[in-house]
Amino acid sequence: MGNWVVNHWFPAVVIAAWLGLNVFLFVYYFLLFDRDKKFYYTRVLLGSALAWARASAKCLNFNSMLILLPVCRNLLSFLRGTCSCCRRTMRKQLDHNLTFHKLVAYAIALFTAVHIIAHLCNFEWYNDSQQAADGSLSSILSNLHQDEESNKWLNPIHTNSTTPAYVTFTTIPGLTGVIITVALILMVTSSMEFIRRSYFEVFWYTHHLFIIYFAGLVIHGIAGLVRGQTAESLNKHNPEHCVQDPTHWGRNNTDSHCEEPEFGSIPAESWKWVLTPILLYVFERFLRFWRSRQRVVVTKAVVHPSKVLELQMHKKGFSMEVGQYIFINCPSVSRLEWHPFTLTSAPEEDFFSVHIRAAGDWTENLIDTFQQQKPKTPRIEVDGPFGTASEDVFQYEVAMLVGAGIGVTPFASVLKSVWYKFQHADQRLKTKKIYFYWLCRDTGAFAWFNDLLASLEQEMEESGKTGFLNYRLFLTGWDNSIAGQAAFNFDNDTDVVTGLKQKTSFGRPMWSNEFSAVATAHPRSVVGVFLCGPQALAKSLQNCCHQYSSLDPRKVKFYFNKENF
Amino acid sequence: MGRIEWAMWANEQALASGLILVTGGIVAVAAQFKGWPFAAYAIAAGVFVCLLEYPRGKRKKGSTMERCGQKYLTAVVKVFGPITRNYYVRAILHAALAVPAGFLLSTILGTACLGIASAIYLLAALRGEEWNPIEQKPQERPPVGGGTIKQPPTMPPPRPPAETRKKPPAELAGQENPIPVTVEAE
Repeated sequence: MGNWVVNHWFPAVVIAAWLGLNVFLFVYYFLLFDRDKKFYYTRVLLGSALAWARASAKCLNFNSMLILLPVCRNLLSFLRGTCSCCRRTMRKQLDHNLTFHKLVAYAIALFTAVHIIAHLCNFEWYNDSQQAADGSLSSILSNLHQDEESNKWLNPIHTNSTTPAYVTFTTIPGLTGVIITVALILMVTSSMEFIRRSYFEVFWYTHHLFIIYFAGLVIHGIAGLVRGQTAESLNKHNPEHCVQDPTHWGRNNTDSHCEEPEFGSIPAESWKWVLTPILLYVFERFLRFWRSRQRVVVTKAVVHPSKVLELQMHKKGFSMEVGQYIFINCPSVSRLEWHPFTLTSAPEEDFFSVHIRAAGDWTENLIDTFQQQKPKTPRIEVDGPFGTASEDVFQYEVAMLVGAGIGVTPFASVLKSVWYKFQHADQRLKTKKIYFYWLCRDTGAFAWFNDLLASLEQEMEESGKTGFLNYRLFLTGWDNSIAGQAAFNFDNDTDVVTGLKQKTSFGRPMWSNEFSAVATAHPRSVVGVFLCGPQALAKSLQNCCHQYSSLDPRKVKFYFNKENF
Repeated sequence: MGRIEWAMWANEQALASGLILVTGGIVAVAAQFKGWPFAAYAIAAGVFVCLLEYPRGKRKKGSTMERCGQKYLTAVVKVFGPITRNYYVRAILHAALAVPAGFLLSTILGTACLGIASAIYLLAALRGEEWNPIEQKPQERPPVGGGTIKQPPTMPPPRPPAETRKKPPAELAGQENPIPVTVEAE
């Protein structure tokens, strides 16, 4: 629990603040529209549906303002860079930007539903009031100022032979409302996790409907159909008093002098909320475009077995840190798509590299393009690096790194960097011993990582520091033939599957054994446990950390860090 | 965009439209708007669309994530054979269902969304896609080794040599492990 609080206090605070602001805005404006004298007569026609519609509209404005901000990744990077004085945990929360974006999107969907239902009632009741011929207060109010050219009417429906549907489609707010709601629904259905992961292009291109959403949102309120009594009119006509005798308004022969009430519209204000984020986002897209124009030189392209493409690149002014990622675009494959890849090179190297695995349309096309070995290498555009660096790894005396499946990729960068720092006796490196656990179903797609471990192994032997890195590979997808081969080659020096000195184990690791071994070997150290892998594994590692950390502060302590690379 | 199965998106859109139809219908019926019989129809149509669209079809390539509890509805939808398998039928059906709801403001949003879903289904049908049910995987495993192995080992490797293991009793009762085996919590 304490670990959770330390790692998650910042997003908890942000979400609490966001929820609080939503609740506050909703309640405040609800009460305003439900109680204020200005809207007394509007409420006679509409009941509390007015307040529901206006309060949800305010929350919609608020959330529409927020939704563009988390996706301005260059802006967030800039904030992260300038906040280097802030604690790292705070900067790391900027990595949860997409989660926040989704949360705000859900809020927009919810408030849209409330807003639409309220306005359905409003249109219906406005229409009913206009058509009522019974001399009731509603019909009197509806008939006020209808014939004149002045803009003082209350009921926006001016004829009594129409339907709410017709009114909707012939007024600006109605029409824009329908259009932006349809756009919103299309955006939501194409962003469902299933669609996003399987057919990314559908999601990406449909999501650009947000342009229609924001354009419509800004226009939505300009007609001013929702009205309240003007201040001037309130001076001459007190609703609470005058409502008792509506038939005598405007006539001078009564004791209580009531002029006819006059109404004015609430000015459109959506643009005030969303203008700044729109400008920021436009600037962000321009920045991405400008950065992408900068030349990226592909110094080396290697196609590894199992369809993995390694690209080593060079870009002027590019500087990275361990564990960051970049977005890559290849115009010859697709002009508009950018996809993220973790950097697999260390900052100390003079190039930066990514390993791209075939996992969908775009990646397969990219690998094919490079495999064809055309004389002119396809142009690559790079945006980034993004993400918070995982410098924490270097702060622990003993580090246990666990990479599962594709989660092993960021550790390539980490291991290389640690090795460089160790070789050059970098003062920032406090690590004395690394235990690396690599879990995967089969090594096919990660043969390149295999080679990395092999070369590290060799370098360690050459410099006589074999004890520094201790790695174990666990193949969870073994079958009888592999096990048979392993048993047969038991006495060989190198492992039959990987060719590494360290023997491969089959099946999942028994973490209790691993943790107790580390605890026994380093009885007084602080051990950092880093995982890049599935949630279930995170749980079991966390449990082991609690179990094997000694209560005595001088003895061994395990700290669990789940890094979302 | 080579491998897009439009039917998957059409399915999400149609499911959403069904829910919107139901919501709009409930509002109009509850508040007794003029023309509320159309809303009552919309509720019925919405429920029908939701039930039809809830079971996700099987993707041609790759594994498909089932929706929670969809296997009961899959069984029902499967029964109708070619009517539910063919996406032309679905496109026309959704278009037809959408029209009556367009006469009332509360449900017109449902009409628009269902109309769009119908159009995407038409696109899917033009590309030759079909609805195939997601079958449950068979429960029992086929016999290992072609039936030549009578009693497969119950302990994972590494196993101690046979002499230190007790001989298994005749009717495959639980084995007593001479070396303690810790069961790892998944």
